[in-house]
Amino acid sequence: MGLEQEVEVLRRIPLFQNIEPSKLKLMAFASERVTFADGAALFDQGEEGDAAYIVLEGTADVRVTADSGEPITVAQVASNDIVGEIAILCNVPRTATVVATSELVTLKITKELFFRMVQDFPQIGIEVMRVLAHRLETTTRQLRAARGG
Amino acid sequence: METNLFRYIWRHSRREQLGILTLVAASLPLYFLSLNLPKEIVNRGIQGQGFAGPGDTQTFLRTPVPLSETLTGQQLYFYEGVPLDQTALLLALSFVFLALVIANGLVKYVINTAKGRMGERVLRRLRYQLVDRVLRFPLPHLRRVKQAEAATMVKDEVEPLGGFIGDAFVQPAFLGGQALTALAFILVQSVWLGAIALAIVVIQAGLIPKLRIPILRLGKQRQLTARELAGRVGELVDGGLEIHAHDTSNLERADISHRLGQIFDIRYEIFRRKFFVKFLNNFLSQLTPFIFYAVGGVLAIRGHLDIGALVAVISAYKDLPGPVKELIDWEQRRQDVQIKYDTVVEQFQPPAILEPARQDPDADSGPPLRGSVELRNVTVNDDGDTPILKNVALTLPIATRTAVVGAGASGKSQLAQVATGLFLPASGTVLLDGRDTQSLPEAVTGRRTAYVGPEAYLFPGSVGDTLLYGLKHRPVRAAARGAEAEQAKCAADRESRVSGNTLLDPEADWVDYTAAGVDGPEALRQRMVEVLDAVDMSADVYRFGLAGTIDPETRPETAAALLEARRLLARRLQERDLQGLVEPFDSSGYNRNATLGENLLFGTPIDPAFAPDQLADNRIARAAMRATGLDRSLARMGLQIARTMVEIFADLEPGHPFFEQFSFIDAEDLPRYKTLVAQADKIGLDALSDDQIRQLERLPLAYVEARHRLDLIGPEVERLVVETRHELDRRIVAERPDAVEVFDAERYNAAASLQDNILFGRIAHGRANAETRIAGAVAEVLDQLGLRAHVIDVGLEYPVGVAGKRLSAVQRQKLALARALMKRPDLLVIDQATAIMDGQTQTRIMDRLLAERRDGGVIWVLHRAQLADRFDRVVVVDAGQVPEHGRYAELAGTGGALDRLLSDD
Repeated sequence: MGLEQEVEVLRRIPLFQNIEPSKLKLMAFASERVTFADGAALFDQGEEGDAAYIVLEGTADVRVTADSGEPITVAQVASNDIVGEIAILCNVPRTATVVATSELVTLKITKELFFRMVQDFPQIGIEVMRVLAHRLETTTRQLRAARGG
Repeated sequence: METNLFRYIWRHSRREQLGILTLVAASLPLYFLSLNLPKEIVNRGIQGQGFAGPGDTQTFLRTPVPLSETLTGQQLYFYEGVPLDQTALLLALSFVFLALVIANGLVKYVINTAKGRMGERVLRRLRYQLVDRVLRFPLPHLRRVKQAEAATMVKDEVEPLGGFIGDAFVQPAFLGGQALTALAFILVQSVWLGAIALAIVVIQAGLIPKLRIPILRLGKQRQLTARELAGRVGELVDGGLEIHAHDTSNLERADISHRLGQIFDIRYEIFRRKFFVKFLNNFLSQLTPFIFYAVGGVLAIRGHLDIGALVAVISAYKDLPGPVKELIDWEQRRQDVQIKYDTVVEQFQPPAILEPARQDPDADSGPPLRGSVELRNVTVNDDGDTPILKNVALTLPIATRTAVVGAGASGKSQLAQVATGLFLPASGTVLLDGRDTQSLPEAVTGRRTAYVGPEAYLFPGSVGDTLLYGLKHRPVRAAARGAEAEQAKCAADRESRVSGNTLLDPEADWVDYTAAGVDGPEALRQRMVEVLDAVDMSADVYRFGLAGTIDPETRPETAAALLEARRLLARRLQERDLQGLVEPFDSSGYNRNATLGENLLFGTPIDPAFAPDQLADNRIARAAMRATGLDRSLARMGLQIARTMVEIFADLEPGHPFFEQFSFIDAEDLPRYKTLVAQADKIGLDALSDDQIRQLERLPLAYVEARHRLDLIGPEVERLVVETRHELDRRIVAERPDAVEVFDAERYNAAASLQDNILFGRIAHGRANAETRIAGAVAEVLDQLGLRAHVIDVGLEYPVGVAGKRLSAVQRQKLALARALMKRPDLLVIDQATAIMDGQTQTRIMDRLLAERRDGGVIWVLHRAQLADRFDRVVVVDAGQVPEHGRYAELAGTGGALDRLLSDD
């Protein structure tokens, strides 16, 4: 898979869908493609976060270790998903562990690269705000539903 | 030092000066003979004076014994001579002339060489003495010396002295003799005219040097301003970062301009005065002939003087101005070098200087220090002579581990510095085991104690050299030399002795194994590894080793073992199913994790012109690419890269960090490539000029398919590159076999690093944590084969650079600590040497060092009081006083000075 295909994947991610292809190409070019073997961890809960990963191929589990110490799989990610973006947006430790469940090909977007892109191309920042606002709205709704129910 | 230059020169070159004077005197008859000979040749040889006819002969080379006729009544000859006819005589005289010319030239050659050698010897002695004095400057004075200025003085300012020393006595004697002869001759011809000539010479000799005094004063100013300028330029270089950080380059420009203006004014003034004096001097010289013509002419007309005598006087006078002028010039040079000498010597006369005996290489380092450091009413001043440690009385047992704590300018550093005897107190005494540090030789302070400051200096050399630096106090074992080298060394020693330089041999083995507590080189190496461990630097040195190279010819076993490591690593990766982490070099396959240039070269360049990214401009590589047709593909790929770069980097402003990190093209070049791409799209790649094609061909050489992912390299290009690789290899073997060391799975590559030799491939891009995993696997393999020590050995050869600049600041401090540990000092004083390290590293090193020195002998000045609980004793310094000292447990929690410091932390 070359740069062109990577750009195609990036365009399908909501966060990036309104961004010009040439900017996405720059981002893809400046990012490293990282392949994880089946069972390898992309990052562990509680670590310092330095990058987000966009899944190009393969699947991974998102696991959260509960207070009891038992890891619970809370979600699965596959192609076109992005993981680890929370840690690079606000400086909090990783909120979950992500483990590849097949050979996993990702695009690693480092914190510096991401902030550079936001700085240089403000429309990315706006997109990020929009996506985050959506999520907040969803979470709030879920919270309300949970309390009400 | 001797302040009078003449006395200095005379004292150190008396015998040679006299020798040269004798030689000059002996050469004079030869010189006069050669002056007389042309006349003889013309008169007798060519014009035939004294020959009656063609058949007539004259005796040649008849040498009469002087006074023989008067004494014996008979003319005797040393040599009867040979009868020669005119042609033979002409040729004989001509050959004598030639012989005299050669003899004169040879004598001149001998004299000049002797003068040069004498000058260089005295100059060598002077330079040596100056440096010797720098080495004996007390440290507080040394801090005030500007290094660029001191270097200029030793190097440039004394240079003209060398030329002068040869002429210091010979020139005045020689010229003075000439002038006196001419003057005496004139006096014999006519007392009056002689008196006039003498009077004018006296005026000249008296007036001209007087007028030159201000010029010399200006010369001194010029020297000082030029020296300051050199110092300032040195500061600009050292403080470059600060200048940029504060945007003060224009302030510095203004300052430099001002200084240059001063130098200009001084030099212009010198020119004005110099040329006026020259004018006056010329006028006075020409005044004498004027008087001779006018007064002598009138005397002659009146009949008081005969014309023959006047002509003789005038012709004799021709010989006078030359020597007089040169004598005056010599006098000026004398004054000039005397001033240079004065200004230099002045700078090397500090108020106090260490006695040579204190640095005697054979001084006894005395018994080990076991007792105490005792401070009696010690006061230490800072650079501005303000007391910073006031009247401190304190006894520190040596066999314990002491922490010294205090605020920043409390005087805690000064306390540590006087304890080692490196710095002397302004008043009071410091006793090391009862001996006053004031008079202790450095053999005691420099071998029994060690001091590591907050910004240690490293001398250029390797890591290993740095570690051994503190063990080299004097030659321990003579250097092994062949007979020829031994002879050369003897000659060099003789010369050193003549110039009063030290005879200690820098090539001897200076390493004091006993001081390091080892019995030989192997144990010493072990000790180095131990010490590096103690200061937490083994990992750094191991990394230096992996990045280093070895010569397989001198270390065949290591090279063979590394080849074994290569095979073992490949096997190990295979077993663990990790082979994807490294893509090995394969001479018949394309390596997608290496650059295209590396794939072409398939080797390590030895000549930089063969570096992989230079191949588009390399003649041999171009020919190979043309032969296989790769050049066309290369240009096509270049165009594709250029197009992508132009597309994705177009909106970035120049200077954006992305250009540096990710782009194939510099920001400045981007517009050029933009036009290039547009033009290629319009007229086609083939229609571009050679130069444009070349620009495109350079781009793909740095391209790595697995990393950059532009899909440029398909199977067809791969095949073409491998074919060109073989073609290039053939051509390199034929034309420049020593320019490249080709990758060979079965051979050690001397030009590549240890790491590259072990990997024999490229770490795959885009494999999670590939580097760490490979590093782990490599370390494992090296340990299994027992090669770690070899890698550390190579790491010990890593050059630290000028002032250790190739190391990080933390590494420099670690190495300085290790250097101090190597000599196993009885008393190790550490003055905030770990302050720049992060907390973890700092406590790790501290714990290891304290463990290594569990028997004591440590005084550690801490920059944070919290670490003091690790020590046996604590000394608290506050505002130049020691309010409390004792065990940590006794002092902590009593609400005293230590507690105040702890709460401030």
